[in-house]
Amino acid sequence: MDFGFLFHHFAQITITGLALGSIYALVALGYTMVYGVLQLINFAHSEVFMYGTFAMAWTVTYFHGTSSSDEGLGSALGLLALCLIAAMVTSALVALLVERLAYRPLIRRGSPKLVILISAIGASFSLAELMGLRDKIAGWFHLDDKLANYVAQARNTYSSPITIDPHKVFEFFGYAVTDIDLLVIFSALLMMFLLDLFVRRTRLGRGIRAVAQDPEAAALMGVNSTRVIRTTFLIGGIMAGVAATLYMIRIGTTRNDAGFLIGIKAFTAAVMGGIGNLRGALVGGLVLGVMQNWGGAVFGSSWQDVFAFALLVLLLLVRPTGILGESLGKARA
Amino acid sequence: MAIKPQLRTLAVIAAAGLALTACGSSNSSTAGSGGSGGSAPCGNYEIGFLGATTGPYGALGQNMVGGIKLALDTYNKANPTCKVNVKVFDSQGDPTKATPLATQIVQDTNIVALVGPGFSGESLATGKTFYAAGLPSISPSATNVTITQQGWATWHRVIGNDSAQGAADAQYIQNTAKATKAFVIDDGSDYGKGLASYVQKGLGSMVTGTDTVQTGQTDFSTTVAKVTGSGADAVFYGGYYAEAGLLVKQLRQAGYKGLFMSGDGSEDPAFVKAAGAAAADGSILSAPAGPAPADFNTKYKAVNGADSGLYSTQSYDAANIVLDAIKAGKTSHQDMNDFINAYSGTGVSGPIKFDSHGDITSSTIFAYKVANGKLDTANPSPIQ
Repeated sequence: MDFGFLFHHFAQITITGLALGSIYALVALGYTMVYGVLQLINFAHSEVFMYGTFAMAWTVTYFHGTSSSDEGLGSALGLLALCLIAAMVTSALVALLVERLAYRPLIRRGSPKLVILISAIGASFSLAELMGLRDKIAGWFHLDDKLANYVAQARNTYSSPITIDPHKVFEFFGYAVTDIDLLVIFSALLMMFLLDLFVRRTRLGRGIRAVAQDPEAAALMGVNSTRVIRTTFLIGGIMAGVAATLYMIRIGTTRNDAGFLIGIKAFTAAVMGGIGNLRGALVGGLVLGVMQNWGGAVFGSSWQDVFAFALLVLLLLVRPTGILGESLGKARA
Repeated sequence: MAIKPQLRTLAVIAAAGLALTACGSSNSSTAGSGGSGGSAPCGNYEIGFLGATTGPYGALGQNMVGGIKLALDTYNKANPTCKVNVKVFDSQGDPTKATPLATQIVQDTNIVALVGPGFSGESLATGKTFYAAGLPSISPSATNVTITQQGWATWHRVIGNDSAQGAADAQYIQNTAKATKAFVIDDGSDYGKGLASYVQKGLGSMVTGTDTVQTGQTDFSTTVAKVTGSGADAVFYGGYYAEAGLLVKQLRQAGYKGLFMSGDGSEDPAFVKAAGAAAADGSILSAPAGPAPADFNTKYKAVNGADSGLYSTQSYDAANIVLDAIKAGKTSHQDMNDFINAYSGTGVSGPIKFDSHGDITSSTIFAYKVANGKLDTANPSPIQ
């Protein structure tokens, strides 16, 4: 155990943890919103995120080519804005596809929750494998040579050709806080704020809250629950697209199974904060990111997940519904 | 009265079951005799491959299968009447998945030898099964030292082991790079941990700190803080390219200026892509294999439709040893094993001869350098 190390590098470890946690939080929103409305864990949401990371990297390849180069946030701003749009659109489309194919037919038949859960897990595997087989799929249409920059070695890591280099903005207790750290953390806070406003203030948001509280009463009041569910998936997808863009700016590399680890962490963050609770997802994500880094600093990197998950268990023993409690429906969010 | 219909149903089910099993066995026996009758002069010989062709390390296994396919393609064109095929068993690199596959492989009488297993973990998990069945195997890529210390007389590898590579890497860090303080990181895998421990042993008191990351991890902020906090001027990473590329990128972004070195698991162009050109420049990646001859990739691409990669040359060589044995008529497990033990030749990956443990006798460790945003695979310098 090395508490001295944590003490001496406290700012660095905490701020990088917050940046990591912000990405967890944005992905966690997708889990928490679907849970709030359907009381179901959307296991395919990790793949919604993964498709967003690929959309970001492909967009860079399309406009920049495959030659590797380094840029700053400022010089690549225009391209990154395009990437953000591409990732949001892609993730939203994949989320809608999951809803249409894996959820709606089963919900309509009134299938038991477990069946829908398995269907979501199936969708998750299929989507991840489709991405890993994209070279073969392109081959069916004889496009594999034309699209080689996008599909070759489909199971390997795929990197954005442009590396975004961080620049120091100010010093904070010995740690040079970078523009990327700030971008990631503030984007997550902003998205969360906007979403919170949307759910509390708009008509569609009221519909979401109504279905979350009591789907039958909501239907009697004229709320179209199919539309509400679709909107929920759509919003979750858009948030995952934002998370994917931020993740790619920070990490820069993805793979067809990249969603798995982030998905587990984001799901954990959602449970930690109180599943079904929007603000809980933010708190849970940030707490998980920071705890993971602190655990890694004190016990060694290989222990960071053990520490984070042990903490989750302890927390759930004290507060079984998470830090802020479950509630999409209750007017808090 | 209620019992009777039940009994009748049972009888029907039993009869149906018997009929089905009877059908099944008769079917398979005809298929078997038909198959061997079709190619009577030489038998249905197959080379087994056990390794990851899907999953996180699927790319490496596909490089290996590509090497085997190239060897088979050449052989089958020269011997059109007596073709040899490859049978791929996908373990995803997971020892628990490899174990039942090993049982399947030893029961398959067409398989004369195994090229594989791909990784060290699955090699340790399956070695006993192959040894007990007497099935000879040649691994193109498993480099963990302890595998050849188990006394499995049928186990061989055409690649230098981790102790040879680790010692050479430590030498490079001390003598060539002239570093004074080193930080050693591994990914906790049998391969990565093993290699890193030999580097650590070679460096001795130069090591200022160690850390273990996880495979699949993408954010290394705590490890980076440890390295930059330790004042090390050399970092060695034992593990694979996916993590290595991200690690060096994040180290450089945090202002680390010293040497970054890793082993053969990272010696892949994807390392540079993951790191980005600027961060990868100057990195040294060692490998117990020299560069592939110029025309190897051309031939490889013609057969596989993709570029050759890490371990392609080794698995090509391993497959060729087995094919030489088949050509010499040494197809029983015992003959095949004797042939491999006595083998001496030069493959595309270098000279090949095995010692009594199944380790390759001479392996030069090469240092590959990343320069100008490219992994220079053509001009590595041997580490003396």
